[in-house]
Amino acid sequence: MIKNLKRYWYFILPILLIILFLLNISLGSVQIPLSETLKVLSGITPEKPILADIIVDFRLTKSFTCILAGGALALGGLLMQTLFRNPLAGPDVLGLSSGASLAVAIVVMTTGTGATLFSHSFTLAFAASIGCTFIFLLVLAIAHRVRDNISLLIIGLMIGAATSSIVSVLQFISKAEDQQYYLVWTFGSLSSLNWGEIQILSIAVFIGLVISIFSIKSLNAWLLGDNYAISMGIPLRKSRLVIIIGTSILTGAVTAFCGPIAFVGLAVPHLTRQLIDSTNHKILIPAVVIMGGIVMLFCDILTHFPGSDFVLPINAITALIGAPVVIWVILRSKKIRM
Amino acid sequence: MSSNVLLSERNITVGHTDGINQNILFENLSIELRAGELVCFMGPNGIGKSTLIRTLAGLHPSLTPIPTHGRGEFDPKKISVVLTDRISTVNMTVQELVTFGRYPYLEWNIKLKSMDVTIIERAIELTRTQHLVSKKLYELSDGQLQMAMIARALAQNTPIILLDEPTAHLDLNNRVEIMNLLRKLSRTEGKAILVATHELDLALQTADLVWLAGRDKKILTGIPEDLVLNGSFDELFQFKGFDLKTGKVFHEAYRSVAVNLIGAGYDYLWTKNALERNGYQVSDKSDHTIAIQGKENQVRWTFRGQTFNSLQGLLAQLPRSTA
Repeated sequence: MIKNLKRYWYFILPILLIILFLLNISLGSVQIPLSETLKVLSGITPEKPILADIIVDFRLTKSFTCILAGGALALGGLLMQTLFRNPLAGPDVLGLSSGASLAVAIVVMTTGTGATLFSHSFTLAFAASIGCTFIFLLVLAIAHRVRDNISLLIIGLMIGAATSSIVSVLQFISKAEDQQYYLVWTFGSLSSLNWGEIQILSIAVFIGLVISIFSIKSLNAWLLGDNYAISMGIPLRKSRLVIIIGTSILTGAVTAFCGPIAFVGLAVPHLTRQLIDSTNHKILIPAVVIMGGIVMLFCDILTHFPGSDFVLPINAITALIGAPVVIWVILRSKKIRM
Repeated sequence: MSSNVLLSERNITVGHTDGINQNILFENLSIELRAGELVCFMGPNGIGKSTLIRTLAGLHPSLTPIPTHGRGEFDPKKISVVLTDRISTVNMTVQELVTFGRYPYLEWNIKLKSMDVTIIERAIELTRTQHLVSKKLYELSDGQLQMAMIARALAQNTPIILLDEPTAHLDLNNRVEIMNLLRKLSRTEGKAILVATHELDLALQTADLVWLAGRDKKILTGIPEDLVLNGSFDELFQFKGFDLKTGKVFHEAYRSVAVNLIGAGYDYLWTKNALERNGYQVSDKSDHTIAIQGKENQVRWTFRGQTFNSLQGLLAQLPRSTA
């Protein structure tokens, strides 16, 4: 199957995405038969109108969020791995998520608007993007000086540690309800978005995707290193800045709306490269986006304990799935190939 | 040899700067590269060959008062490069690597036109890498990878190619192959090629022109033979035990035993080599006579009535010293 996937990925991956999408919609605390689900999706009013409300306002929003967030995080991870030429780069590893967390913590806890923030999601998204961009620029400036992977990762960890200590200080001096809102935000959630917020998220993901597609040439050329990229006529500083902005929008928007979701950005690009065996971003970008959606839908399905009302935080599942995937990739390929 | 000048720099100063201190490597250089010429750029390690190549390529800013070159001001349709930078992305095929050479000519969606395909095929043909096209970079030997990198530079279709130590870490066969290829490209394709190299013997035999990087921050230019005969090479490299004019390592006749060697041709030369390497002096005034009876690939040596079928055997029987 894996061998065929390498050739027919553009056919198999979207089908897999649709299957998981339908599965994701039809599973939940309320049992809705697949036939009813399909009815609602095709615009027919089911026997119980409440089912339509559940599907449209809760399950569809959640599934769309899964696809958008998964695709965006995976794409952000791919861009960072290429930019740093570092297979272990990813939004959460290099401190980007911590940057977004810090910005969100500052907004939530200093303005004391935690309770009303559900109506201020755009402010949150903006703050998280700024936080992301700031940390990304910091990491990039440091990356210029240290060329080796390990140092960069340690620096990312240090940035993460520093930001979380600032967050602790903020928590210490802030009100209990603000603290709680922030804490819930850090668990990650794919089900809290309404259609309006999904629209904003879609626009952000779309912008990030367009930026990535127009950067295919630079991304590919970077695989040979900075000097070769310049020698092939790539305007290094300009395209690097464009990619940084794109990655920050992608990661920032998702982190703002869904919380800091771990491992998807790091693991999905590797999983995709293993499956389709290519380094060409013209193929990698669409494949990674679809794969991100697939993985996120799958993780979300797992958060719902079968036959119970109990829902686990999404971060618990992504880490549980992501960590073994990364280990498996490393063991399988001995040396991670990009 | 054409006198068509493709690259000309007047009074450039090359080096590193951190904003306050300048470390000047070359000062007020005036250099030219001509179409159809293979130039070997030689000099001791650390003298700044790589930096000059990067400066000429526009990858490194020059220290000239009026900065004519800066990072990012590279004309990718004029100069292509083969650098010492390691390629970290090894999971691509040779075909994909060579395709990168066409990037300066492609739009954002990197769609190849039929002309691009033709040029890529020709680059692969010229470097004789047809059998490697579908191989991944991590499957290649060092020599094959270097050939693929040269093919990539060729696909860029530039009049000038700058190469930074393309033969480093390669075995003799690969070194000769690459230098021959570069010479052929300068001749048949009319390219101006600059190669930084440590391969003295190969450079002397293939270069049209040698740039010799001196310790006085200047570059000495000349055809290889002139630079050998006027002692420029000796002065710069200060060879220890190597005689450039004979092309041989100097051996001390420490055994103070002389042997009289009778023979001719390659058999004679290699026998002499073995004797001198082991500290014997070859002289026709000696009583120790070694006679070579050569028959194709069946050489026999006679010494004191004994016949040997290998030099190793012969050397074991020679007197160790006069004592």
